[in-house]
Amino acid sequence: MTATLTRPAPAPGKKKPVLARTRRREAIALVLPSLIPILVLSVAPLVVGIFLAFTDARLVRHPDYGFAGVDNFTRLAGNDLFWDSLRIGMIWTVGVTLLQLAAAMGLALLLNSGLKLQGLTRVLALIPWAMPPVVVAIMWQMIYSANGGPLNAFLGGVGLPDDVNWLGDFSTALPAVIVVGVWVGMPQTTVTLLAGLQQIPAELHEAASVDGAGAWRRFTAVTWPSLRPIVTSITSLNFIWNFNSFSLVYVLTAGGPGGKTMVPVLFIYLEAFKNREIGYAAAMGLVLVVVVVLILAVYLRSQFRDDRAAKGR
Amino acid sequence: MRVLVRPAQYAALALYILFLGFPLLWLVSASVKSSGELNSLTVSLLPGEWHWDNYTEALNKQGLVRSAANSLVVALASTALSVVIAVPAAYVLARLKGKVRAAGVGWILVSQVFPVVLIILPLFLILRTLGLADNLAGLTLVHTTYMLPFALWMLQGYVAAIPVELEEAGAMDGASRLTVLRTIVFPLLAPGVVATAMFSFVSSWNEFFFALVLLQSPENYTLPITLTMFIGGEGKVALGPLAAGAVLAAIPSIVFFGILRKKLTGGLMAGAVKG
Repeated sequence: MTATLTRPAPAPGKKKPVLARTRRREAIALVLPSLIPILVLSVAPLVVGIFLAFTDARLVRHPDYGFAGVDNFTRLAGNDLFWDSLRIGMIWTVGVTLLQLAAAMGLALLLNSGLKLQGLTRVLALIPWAMPPVVVAIMWQMIYSANGGPLNAFLGGVGLPDDVNWLGDFSTALPAVIVVGVWVGMPQTTVTLLAGLQQIPAELHEAASVDGAGAWRRFTAVTWPSLRPIVTSITSLNFIWNFNSFSLVYVLTAGGPGGKTMVPVLFIYLEAFKNREIGYAAAMGLVLVVVVVLILAVYLRSQFRDDRAAKGR
Repeated sequence: MRVLVRPAQYAALALYILFLGFPLLWLVSASVKSSGELNSLTVSLLPGEWHWDNYTEALNKQGLVRSAANSLVVALASTALSVVIAVPAAYVLARLKGKVRAAGVGWILVSQVFPVVLIILPLFLILRTLGLADNLAGLTLVHTTYMLPFALWMLQGYVAAIPVELEEAGAMDGASRLTVLRTIVFPLLAPGVVATAMFSFVSSWNEFFFALVLLQSPENYTLPITLTMFIGGEGKVALGPLAAGAVLAAIPSIVFFGILRKKLTGGLMAGAVKG
């Protein structure tokens, strides 16, 4: 990419580059095949989805629905289950995003410090990312199993309670699901952070060492500030991905026990396809989108403000 | 203190390896254990005796093979489709400057935050109107559409890495644009196309949410949906065949990711890092 950006402008009189000769019609013809599916199957649904939120549409073969104004939203305001799911979704999203960042940071630092076993770890770290989410969920159900699951067997082996029904107990289900989310999302974050770490000039660390900075001081003074932009972008993306994730929780617990892991996406899916309330479900979706956008806006603003402050110093 | 740093680092690394690798090891081990061993109260990491029956049993389950075939058809078709329509668009995206490029890149970024919940309902209604709900062709189109942004992103990176000067040299020798594309651009782009195709294949093969919503007839189920049906049933789950089926479902993805490892960690992430 840099090659094309830094290329000097062609001297006047010289033959124009191929690109400048790309006629508009030609460009449109080349882009059109991707534009059509995108417009029909992703932009149009978004518009229709926003529209549906203001109707009383139901999932029936011959829909006969009308404009409902803000009825769905006033009804939603009184739906405690929805707000519960939003709260659970926030715990899930923030929990997974932060733990994933912390775990990935630790692994990236280890992998960047010249240890052996790097190759093995890197391969292992990519597997969770590659596996179908359904397979991941099945695998972790076996790990967590209350009958003969290895986790309980291990806990029993070291003298801890070994009869925990991890996915079935009110108090452990959400944390157990969060751990799986971390397992799945950690690799990509690790790889990204590692790429960032490798771009930090070694001289910075050496200089800090000479000045007598310990490992923690070097991390807070050199590593973290250098990684800040990457951390901001990866955290934002992870936040959205985790908030939107469906398959893992759906297969692991289906929202149970007693709704303790009912994340909002799952809640909306059930509202739309089990209760068949399309308009109402669309209103929920719209509320979620607004919530996510607001949270991200606040987060990104705070990051940029910190960056400006850092530069001003 | 100093002396202890390395051992502590290795201990931490061992914990990571255990955390990342153990679940997979357990799944593979469960897939070759006998049902007696799976249901016994003593828990062992490695099977006492290797049983391959779970695999034959999983493959004999009518639904599994058919749904694997469905997954394969959808993944191959949507990969081919998305690559064919993404290559020309990615070329334009990489070579054009200004508004078109900004709009394209902007849309690719926005697609990452697309609220799937909000889209899934209308998408279902639109496909039903078109007669494409509960239909592998419909699922293929959906997978193609949702793989496109990423395919475009990867491919435009590969196009941008091809020096424009090569094309200009070809053009000055009097070659037509098509000839330039065919003889200069495509050969250089081939490795990137292969990488993009593998990534698209894995995305489609693994995809669950759209398939769950769109497919209703068991004969149309893709592999992930069929696997959940094995757990979903009431009564006792045959753990061994389920584990075997899960291993089989994961193999293509893991093999492709293994091949792609270098490219993914290198090229792809460079973009994220440069931000």
